Amino acid sequence: MEALLQHLVNGLVLGGIYALLGIGLTLIFGLMNVVNFAHGEFYTLGAYATFAALALGGVPFLVALGAAIAGGVLAGALTERVLLRPLRGESIDTVMLVMIGLWIAMQNGELLAWGGVAKSIPHPFPTAPLVLGPLSVAPLRLFVLGAALALIAGAHLLIQRTRLGRAMRATFQDPDTAALMGVRIHHVRTATFALGSGLAAAAGALLGPIFLVYPSMGDLASLKAFSVVILGGLGNIWGATLGGVILGVAEELGAGYVSSGYRDAVGFVIIILVLLFRPSGLFARAERIG
Amino acid sequence: MSRLGPPVAAALALTAPLWLANPYYVHILIMAGIFAILALSLNLLLGYTGQLSLGHAAFFGIGAYTSALLTLRLGWSFWLGLPAGVGLAAAAGWAIGRLALKLRGAYFVLVTISFAGVIALVAQNWMDLTNGPLGLPGVPAPELGPWSLRTKGAYYELVLAAAALAWLVCRRLVRSRIGRALVALRENEPLAESVGVDATHYLVLAAVVSAALAGLAGVLYAHYTRFVSPEVFLFTYTVTMVIMVVAGGKGTLAGPLVGALLFTALPEALRETVSWQWQMLAYGLILVLLVFFLPRGIVPTLAAWRHARRP
Repeated sequence: MEALLQHLVNGLVLGGIYALLGIGLTLIFGLMNVVNFAHGEFYTLGAYATFAALALGGVPFLVALGAAIAGGVLAGALTERVLLRPLRGESIDTVMLVMIGLWIAMQNGELLAWGGVAKSIPHPFPTAPLVLGPLSVAPLRLFVLGAALALIAGAHLLIQRTRLGRAMRATFQDPDTAALMGVRIHHVRTATFALGSGLAAAAGALLGPIFLVYPSMGDLASLKAFSVVILGGLGNIWGATLGGVILGVAEELGAGYVSSGYRDAVGFVIIILVLLFRPSGLFARAERIG
Repeated sequence: MSRLGPPVAAALALTAPLWLANPYYVHILIMAGIFAILALSLNLLLGYTGQLSLGHAAFFGIGAYTSALLTLRLGWSFWLGLPAGVGLAAAAGWAIGRLALKLRGAYFVLVTISFAGVIALVAQNWMDLTNGPLGLPGVPAPELGPWSLRTKGAYYELVLAAAALAWLVCRRLVRSRIGRALVALRENEPLAESVGVDATHYLVLAAVVSAALAGLAGVLYAHYTRFVSPEVFLFTYTVTMVIMVVAGGKGTLAGPLVGALLFTALPEALRETVSWQWQMLAYGLILVLLVFFLPRGIVPTLAAWRHARRP
């Protein structure tokens, strides 16, 4: 029972990060019709930016986090502007090839810049765990969970309550009509990609100090993000939030009770099963072929 | 010229180990042959059905592991391990095809990636069967009657024969009714179905042949390097296949061959000056640039250019 509670808490921390990754990806997927295979690379970017700011720049942790998010937003905006805007109107498969190319280029760029040796991010939190009854949680993990929740809430507010968010939702529903109503589609698309990439970078910056930072870390992150999006349904932000938590908890339980070697298989199996048996995701209705 | 071309090319290819003094060049040709089979395999799906599989390294790995295990553990001959590896890869292709070809585009891609991910995790974790990350050393070299195909020259002829066979199979397939059905489905699926083309039937057929060819490449790879580890599932292999097909020209028969030769020889030629990471970085950039500037690939572009110059 205590072990179960412990797994649930750890799963929740992971789930918060997966939700951040998933929200970013589902926004880009839903609004821009772009299958962003480079999503995990923005996560890696965030982790390395945090490492650089903390280990080399010596700035406070929160500043490093902010720098990572800003880096993700900038890189995302640049990607949209340079690679995706000229390809508007091309088929989704063509754009997918470009994103696969970007993924490989970014990952090996990181490898060249930082080397293949995994790096650990120094963080200011005490390493002694907080003991709450039967549970023990590292303070860093609590901070990560809190920050992830704050960012998720922020993303929801941005999309539901701001002018930009309304423009995004309008573009998602019907780009042509939104354009006719005076929404500047180009800007909305750039902003969406930047927001999604910023969230991915934040996820990397938050999870980086818990695990290690290495160039190919984005591959698994991309996969988890795709599992979350598929679980939650295309373009469904609440679905992605919930899907992230489900995946995080399922992985922790799988690693705890089945086999830790197959931890990452949970995401793969979710993708396969959901796509085959409930292709519209757990919480949506639309069909998904084509 | 055009009538003499094919026989001269065939003679040159067959005698390559004789006039290539350096065994290193023969090695490059062997790898090019194995990758040509992989590129042909991927092209069948990506080029003719329009569905991108990013899980092809799984079929490659299944072929490699099956034949390696059968020859190592059960003492089977290479000539039995080969059809077993091809057969198991084809069976996996059938199963994945049946399941995943209900989906199209990005969703198909994701299922194939996930499938390859699961297979790679099994190869890493099932220590009793696969020896995990340590891999299987000492895979025997094939023998043909009294001759051992241990030398590079002999193995080259084997790979050449296999690549020629793979090419002929692809040609036979895409020029038949089946090939026309596949192209019809790629161009307009509802229209093709409305005239009676059974989408699932033909797509699964393409997936099976494609997986079998990838398995064949895997078997050849295992008995050439004589070592199999979970590295055969590396995503790098899949990416290399995609680059070869897209650069050479997807949906053509010559494209994958040109792509395979180019992208095996080029990195080897640049190996002295350029490190492996730069090579992968360049692959990523090349893929992006190809989509922007040479979207149809080398072979169709050259063909169009020659056609335009003809009086």
